Amino acid sequence: MITTSGLTKVYRSRGREVTALDGVDLHVREGEVYGVIGQSGAGKSSLIRCVNLLERPTSGTVTVAGQDLTALAGRGPRAGRELRQARSRIGMVFQHFNLLSSRTVQDNVELPLEILGRSGKERSRKALELLDLVGLADKAKAYPAQLSGGQKQRVGIARALAGDPKVLLSDEATSALDPETTRSILALLRDLNRQLGLTVLLITHEMDVVKSICDSAALMEHGRVVESGTVTELLATPGSELASALFPVAGDASGDNRTVLDITFQGESATQPVISQLARTYNIDISILGAAIDTVGGLQVGRMRIELPGRYEDNVVPIGFLREQGLHIETVEQTQPAPQAHQTPQAHQAPQVDRASSVLVKEEAK
Amino acid sequence: MTWSQMQPLLEQACWETLIMVGWSTLISVALGLPIGVLLVLTDKGGLLQNSLVNKVTGQIVNVGRSMPFIILMVALMSFTRWITGTTIGSEAAIVPLAIGGIPFFARLVETAVREVDHGLVEAVQAMGGNTWTIVRRVLVPEALPSLIASITTTIVALIGYSAMAGTVGGGGLGDLAVRYGYQRFETGLMWITVAVLAVVISLIQFAGDYAARSLHHRGGRQGSGPRLRLLKAKEPATTTATADLGKAG
Repeated sequence: MITTSGLTKVYRSRGREVTALDGVDLHVREGEVYGVIGQSGAGKSSLIRCVNLLERPTSGTVTVAGQDLTALAGRGPRAGRELRQARSRIGMVFQHFNLLSSRTVQDNVELPLEILGRSGKERSRKALELLDLVGLADKAKAYPAQLSGGQKQRVGIARALAGDPKVLLSDEATSALDPETTRSILALLRDLNRQLGLTVLLITHEMDVVKSICDSAALMEHGRVVESGTVTELLATPGSELASALFPVAGDASGDNRTVLDITFQGESATQPVISQLARTYNIDISILGAAIDTVGGLQVGRMRIELPGRYEDNVVPIGFLREQGLHIETVEQTQPAPQAHQTPQAHQAPQVDRASSVLVKEEAK
Repeated sequence: MTWSQMQPLLEQACWETLIMVGWSTLISVALGLPIGVLLVLTDKGGLLQNSLVNKVTGQIVNVGRSMPFIILMVALMSFTRWITGTTIGSEAAIVPLAIGGIPFFARLVETAVREVDHGLVEAVQAMGGNTWTIVRRVLVPEALPSLIASITTTIVALIGYSAMAGTVGGGGLGDLAVRYGYQRFETGLMWITVAVLAVVISLIQFAGDYAARSLHHRGGRQGSGPRLRLLKAKEPATTTATADLGKAG
């Protein structure tokens, strides 16, 4: 639905060049919620603004719903008619809502319809319908200043949907909201994604946003996409920073002569009582050092760190059993006491430290 | 000088001031608004970025702003004659007043429009709006409370300018105060004229402030003055502060 290829954006100011996007290839499939996560300055904002060409990419192409937008751009800084028409089919919600304070809630939602040249009757019918959809039917005549942050964002979403878009871009839509409101806005986005088959591309710096609604995610650092894929794919990728940030597991071996394993659950295997089966079948004591299991995109996924008595060589058979159950197993070699709680998104700054302290060794390599 | 002698003079002067200031305000707003918007649009990073147009317009506005009104009036005499056929009287005074008011108002418009959050412009761009849509539906409506305040300032400035228009026989309240009060030592009439001017300007300021405020949809109940709201807001704020202190203690 949205494809960017080789997207590059270089800002020039006073002779200095800043590369905000450095060859970004992104593919968002129809009907999915795709999250781009990264720290501020990673280029997420430039990326989403390049998708509807609010920001003109320096090079590369953007295709939305089969239409190459970069080809419509024209030469001047102003958007031509074709690009403006294409933009009207892409909804966008903003971090600071960007509602017109001079207009009522209903008039704000009607604004895109005015631009599309719809009749007054049609505009008000559509606006009220959308306000009902986002749960603000009673606030139609209120002014934005009279609403709470969450309500303002609902209006922003209703407005973004006015032109019946197939694609919704969300530029940090929940970053200015408190956790509870964030959850309700995310739930709304999720509902809209399901009900209307809306494709959502969102950027965020909050891992929880990705965790709660995204089908796929990409991690951006210094203008590049470092990792991307569906959440399940990411989990299956050994050493994936996104997966370990989404499902942080930590915990040290309780002593020498122990085997520490990271088990990744995806889909159905998460519902099987594998750990108790393992304990019963091989009559071994298993300690759970840490676990992070959640429902992502309707599927149960997660990771668990367990400890088995004995060295790796003694546990080849139980590990084989786990693998037979369709689980992804990684052996954790504890070289030194691992620092705790380093797998927050902020820890991306120092991935070297992360790797040195607990080396993940892919099983197949042995 | 008795009141019965003063009354017709005052009525005549008020009427002349109204004609001069009314027309020149209308013209200043009608032409100053597009010029002010143009200054914002053509500025660096603007929607119609064009440094040549921006610099030329900016310079013209600066020259218009920096010229003392009395000199502007004299300099424009031939232009005034070309437009109105005369250089004497209230109608003739409207021309230099309007020419002085346009750049004055244009600068105020520029400041007001520049205050509009760029995010709103971006939102409308993202909806597929063109530049005209942005000007008409975002920049002007969102800046409207400030624009109303700018119009008030312009009217008050033009009333001040109009006093000088007396030198070309424009008449008006300012002229009355100078000719009768200052030159003929009719102190009584001078003070009355000054009082009338003070009342007129206060009324205009009050009306302008009221209009600007009622257009400002700031939430809460509308129409209640900012001072009143400040007093209301203060009370709960202090109670929560003390409550917090209590908790901390």
